[in-house]
Amino acid sequence: MKRFAGLATALLLACNAQAADQLKIGFLSTLSGPAGGIGVEIRDGFNLALKLAGGKLGGMPTEVVIADDTLNPDTGRQLAERMLRRDRVNLMTGIVFSNVMLAVWPTLQQAKVFYVAPNATPTAITGKGCSPYFFSASWPNEAHHEAAGEFANSKGFKNAFLIAPNYPAGKDALTGFKRMYKGAIVSETYSKLNQLDYSAELAQMRAAHPDAVYAFLPGGMGINFIKQFVAAGLSKDTQLIVPGFASDQDVVRAVGDPMLGLFDTSQWAYDLDNDANRRFVNEFEKEYRRIPTLYAEQGYTAALIIDQAVRDAKGKVEDEKAFHAALMKAPERAKTPRGKWKEAANGTPIQDYYVRALVKDRQGRIVNRKIATILHDHRDYWAKDCPMK
Amino acid sequence: MSATLFLEQGLNGLQFGLMLFLLAAGLTLVFGIMDMINLAHGSLYMVGAYLMASFVQATGSFWLALPLALAATGVVGALLELTLLRRLYARDHLTQVLATFAIILIANEAVRLVWGSQPILLNAPPSLTGPVTLPGGMQYASYRLLIIGVGVAVAVLLYFLVAKTRVGMLVRAGASNREMARAMGVDIGRLFTGVFALGAALCALAGAMLGPILAVQVGMGENILILAFVVIVIGGIGSIRGALVGSLLVGIVDTGGRAFLPLLFGTFLPPQMASAAGPAIASVLIYLLMAVVLYFRPQGLFPARG
Repeated sequence: MKRFAGLATALLLACNAQAADQLKIGFLSTLSGPAGGIGVEIRDGFNLALKLAGGKLGGMPTEVVIADDTLNPDTGRQLAERMLRRDRVNLMTGIVFSNVMLAVWPTLQQAKVFYVAPNATPTAITGKGCSPYFFSASWPNEAHHEAAGEFANSKGFKNAFLIAPNYPAGKDALTGFKRMYKGAIVSETYSKLNQLDYSAELAQMRAAHPDAVYAFLPGGMGINFIKQFVAAGLSKDTQLIVPGFASDQDVVRAVGDPMLGLFDTSQWAYDLDNDANRRFVNEFEKEYRRIPTLYAEQGYTAALIIDQAVRDAKGKVEDEKAFHAALMKAPERAKTPRGKWKEAANGTPIQDYYVRALVKDRQGRIVNRKIATILHDHRDYWAKDCPMK
Repeated sequence: MSATLFLEQGLNGLQFGLMLFLLAAGLTLVFGIMDMINLAHGSLYMVGAYLMASFVQATGSFWLALPLALAATGVVGALLELTLLRRLYARDHLTQVLATFAIILIANEAVRLVWGSQPILLNAPPSLTGPVTLPGGMQYASYRLLIIGVGVAVAVLLYFLVAKTRVGMLVRAGASNREMARAMGVDIGRLFTGVFALGAALCALAGAMLGPILAVQVGMGENILILAFVVIVIGGIGSIRGALVGSLLVGIVDTGGRAFLPLLFGTFLPPQMASAAGPAIASVLIYLLMAVVLYFRPQGLFPARG
């Protein structure tokens, strides 16, 4: 028995010795269930960047531990603990939804492990509760909605009808839109979460006759709504505006032609004019035979940011000060498809947001084509509450 | 509030009700006749919608794909009954719930393996994509009128099948007293397989008809299944008439609640409170309806069993 214990210790030591020159990343994401497609996009983008880097981020052999939170906050927390304790990951990334993020966050913060967000960036973590261990490589939660409000201004829409599901992110979304929008709000409707039929709301829209409708209905709800909106004939004299994550290629593939004529807002577009983006889009299409979504770009960019930060910190992820400094500078040094940006002290990007139009390209595919830059170097509104400056 | 809007919302309620009826009819047949809680009913609805989408892709025609999807899902349902569900009839409801819940999970992952994890395309036939103008100048989505038509047709056909044919007589006999029906020489095994296949085909019809206005995605069945259960509990388990009345009630109450409650509250509450209370109450209205119905009629409105 004693000999066995000795052997186990030796093995353990060997493992630890190995861990120092290898990067272990915990990728916790929503990969199954109705919303599983989003996590898959982020994962595919992340894996593509890893593959193009020859399996080494920041020059270090990289192992990615992937787990599926199934959109259940409790499951997410347990898996995060397993990744930290059993797998001993150096870094975490991957979470899709804000509610999972908020449930996992205390565990990560306690373990003092850096988290690079490829999606959800809730205001609770970027405002008063900001932390050096949180780094968003995507966008602050309200930014797309603010961009949409500004776009409605720029089009001269005098009044707008707003609709979102009745849950915290829905209210945040409309708050973001209203912060920027200067026109009149005809109605602010909160529909049931996972509502199937929108005919009652569509009838009210028809009666109110607004210039624009802003709909934040993520996932299947958005697909239901857009199909029904167009079938009801409302698209003829009312402009529908949505945030980019309700109208990217995953939704386009499910809705088809009714998508044409929509406008959405995004931190990225497939036709952004820079070499890093062309490479990303080409390689992604070659690898997965589909046009990437903004989610895929976020996963890809998160990997590039980690790559840059690990390289600049010379692989010393455990040296918290040095790694944090390298991480904060990474967006100014890495060649991401979005171009370069500055990271604010609260760990959110200060970046441009675009308006994209849903149009057909030369090959007849429906794409989200960039038509304008609507917000320049836009900051997270909640950064003002963050004590870190 | 104009009369047109009132009328339009009424039509919306009718349409939503008939939408639910397509799914509830099959569920109530299986639940009532076989005394079997089949949570996987929603999975058959999903499989129906996915098969429909694939057949539309393959044949290029909505109308050609429809009978194919119905038949294919009917076969899937019959196979499911023969291989698995048959063994559950004698067990208690809890076992049935567990087993059919497992089928939901398996079906979701199977669909993901075959069709991928992202929602897929299923659109209305080209002639029915836009709105039509009804007498009185009201604009209404033409495809939704089709759903109303199909819902009414299914209701009439099922009524005819159950009330006027020999098969229907056996079904009713099986529903009201299974042992007696067996004792009278009815081949319950074959009858149940047939009823289950019919239920599956109705699922496919619901999936195919609703696909063009709803997302065709993994897990699409679970959302609508809850509503379908509410419908059959209100209507009385096992009764087609109950399912029809129940779904119309749920459709009209739900749509009416969403359409008119916020306005109603606005008349006597400050706007801030009205906009918060309206959607909150509207979203629980159908469950309130269910509670009230069950309080006065614990067996539902039209119980099949005496």
